[in-house]
Amino acid sequence: MLLSQARPLIGCCPLCAFAGVGKSSLVHLLCQNQVLGNPSWTVGCSVDVRIHDYKEGTPEEKTYYIELWDVGGSVGSATSVKSTRAVFYNLLNGIILVHDLTNKKSSQNLYRWSLEALNRDVAPTGVLVTNGDYDREQFADNQIPLLVIGTKLDQIPETKRNEVLTRTAFLAEDFNAEEINLDCTNPRYLAAGSSNAVKLSRFFDKVIEKRYFLRDGNQIPGFTERKRFGGGTLKSLHYD
Amino acid sequence: MSFLIDSSIMVTSQVLFFGFGWLFFMRQLFKDYEVRQYVVQVIFSVTFAFSCTMFELIIFEILGVLNSSSRYFHWKLNLCVILLILVFMVPFYIGYFVVSNIRLLHRQKLLFACVLWLTFMYFFWKLGDPFPILSPKHGILSIEQLISRVGVIGVTLMALLSGFGAVNCPYTYMSYFLRNVTDADILALERRLLQTMDMIVSKKKRIAVAHRTMFQRGEVHNKPTGFWGMIKSVTTSVAGSESILHLHVGTCLGRWPQLSSVLKGKALGSFDYAGLPDLSLIQQEVDALEELSRQLFLETADLHATKERIEYSKTFQGKYFNFLGYFFSIYCVWKIFMATINIVFDRVGKTDPVTRGIEITVNYLGIQFDVKFWSQHISFILVGIIIVTSIRGLLITLTKFFYAISSSKSSNVIVLLLAQIMGMYFVSSVLLIRMSMPLEYRTIITEVLGELQFNFYHRWFDVIFLVSALSSILFLYLAHKQAPEKHMAL
Repeated sequence: MLLSQARPLIGCCPLCAFAGVGKSSLVHLLCQNQVLGNPSWTVGCSVDVRIHDYKEGTPEEKTYYIELWDVGGSVGSATSVKSTRAVFYNLLNGIILVHDLTNKKSSQNLYRWSLEALNRDVAPTGVLVTNGDYDREQFADNQIPLLVIGTKLDQIPETKRNEVLTRTAFLAEDFNAEEINLDCTNPRYLAAGSSNAVKLSRFFDKVIEKRYFLRDGNQIPGFTERKRFGGGTLKSLHYD
Repeated sequence: MSFLIDSSIMVTSQVLFFGFGWLFFMRQLFKDYEVRQYVVQVIFSVTFAFSCTMFELIIFEILGVLNSSSRYFHWKLNLCVILLILVFMVPFYIGYFVVSNIRLLHRQKLLFACVLWLTFMYFFWKLGDPFPILSPKHGILSIEQLISRVGVIGVTLMALLSGFGAVNCPYTYMSYFLRNVTDADILALERRLLQTMDMIVSKKKRIAVAHRTMFQRGEVHNKPTGFWGMIKSVTTSVAGSESILHLHVGTCLGRWPQLSSVLKGKALGSFDYAGLPDLSLIQQEVDALEELSRQLFLETADLHATKERIEYSKTFQGKYFNFLGYFFSIYCVWKIFMATINIVFDRVGKTDPVTRGIEITVNYLGIQFDVKFWSQHISFILVGIIIVTSIRGLLITLTKFFYAISSSKSSNVIVLLLAQIMGMYFVSSVLLIRMSMPLEYRTIITEVLGELQFNFYHRWFDVIFLVSALSSILFLYLAHKQAPEKHMAL
């Protein structure tokens, strides 16, 4: 989950020009294949659309729209902000959890974000769920595909990279999800054919399958699925 | 010998305060961030520790604990250290961290940090000129010069916070000001928000499809940057859309059945004559809709918050706070009134509330009691309450402020700014607290701080308090008025 430092503030404080974890940059990169030039605070929710080729390269190739919903706010927000965010959490098809590789605490907050997104937030007191207390049972019956993305890879010095990558690998395992680590200011991490692009593609395919094929046998021609970034969670919502 | 004992007591208490500041930093301020620069944490805790020690010394003064000469020595020492931190260390580190955030100046961080610090010192010095704070017979780098300037800044801050707090407190506590919000209002607003988001999504889909077509045709449209880029994009986009027109219509039917249905079913105004979407127009519509969605989101959050407050006000605690709110509003009006009187009549209070209270009870009510004994205890309690509430209030405000504006990049700088504000605030509280203490206890502050014009500070506090309270009233009134109008518009 993205520990978004974006609070509902309009305007950009000059010291905070590069705010937060980088959800908006990530969404921009995924949808426009371009680097976001001037990131600013995300107020409320912003949406972007990506066109995805389901099962690319096979005869059953079909094109779908994927909506990425990027919901700003922090996990420790007031209950009023949380209830407002809950409006966007209906009918997810997939969740992308985004965290900041340079900030350990953002990855620890991912557990709380995922619980909030799945409407099972039982820790309103702000006690962080650490690795030890994490209850895998809550995710055991979870059918929604998850993806964990770590941003700001370029800001980790070479010497610490291994240790950080091991930690994030454990994190992804906890969520039973695939993992991608990248730098949102450099489009080459998601270049076509790279392993990251393949993982992303597989994830979107899973989401589409879950939405359209597992529920009802027939295919509904490519309408949109919504994925929402909820503070770094990307949820898919289907739009009929 | 007694000096050693006294010093060890002081040092122990300082270590305790340091620990408390450290914990506060870790648990409250930086609970969402990783502390990478321990310098920041140390500086913050040290500032907090020395500020609290000053208050401790005041309490010791009233209670008569410790030897008076060792008290005096520790006062001087404490003051020197705090001034050193506030004027030299913290500004330098602020400059250093600001510079390290800017990529260009990375090479010569120290040099630029020194330049910034010198600029700060210059303005800090100039601050003393318009104010009649000192008698001119003091040297340049004496304690009095530094304290006087720190005092001005601190007193301004105190008055601003105090004015706003005095007005805001009854406004938030009393349920009289709560707007009436029903569930239906919230639902209606949420529905509007989702509708707006849906419209944004459909427009973005059109843009995405158009981009994809152009990309597949080999017209790689990079986003134009800069001034010339914008000029270029206007000329090329017009030409591009015409040439890919026919091919687009041809391919769409074969590959994208859904897209063809979109084109056939939704030929709206933003399509130009050739049937191809006019991207810049759609982008403008999207920007407008996004702005609208942000406003709606903020309004919805506001409504949720109001609804929560309404529910809270029905509980027992809520009723208690409501009652307190009435009490505080009376107190606030009285304070504003007193500040106005002080300024208009150029009045300077000579006696502190404790002595005056005792005078009144003894002279008018005829109750006789041991004045010395009671005055010591009452002033201890009064001063203690003032100190504790001001520390607590400041820490809470700092935390809220920090959460509101910090990000992972700027957290170090903001914490240091907060440490600076905290230090200045506490130093000036010492200046002002002198007024609330009986004469016999004021001597040490007067001795240590030298010949500051204390009356000026009180006058300055009154002026800024008045300005701050009145502008907060105006601001809250406007905000309150505006909100129900927005409701009507729904």
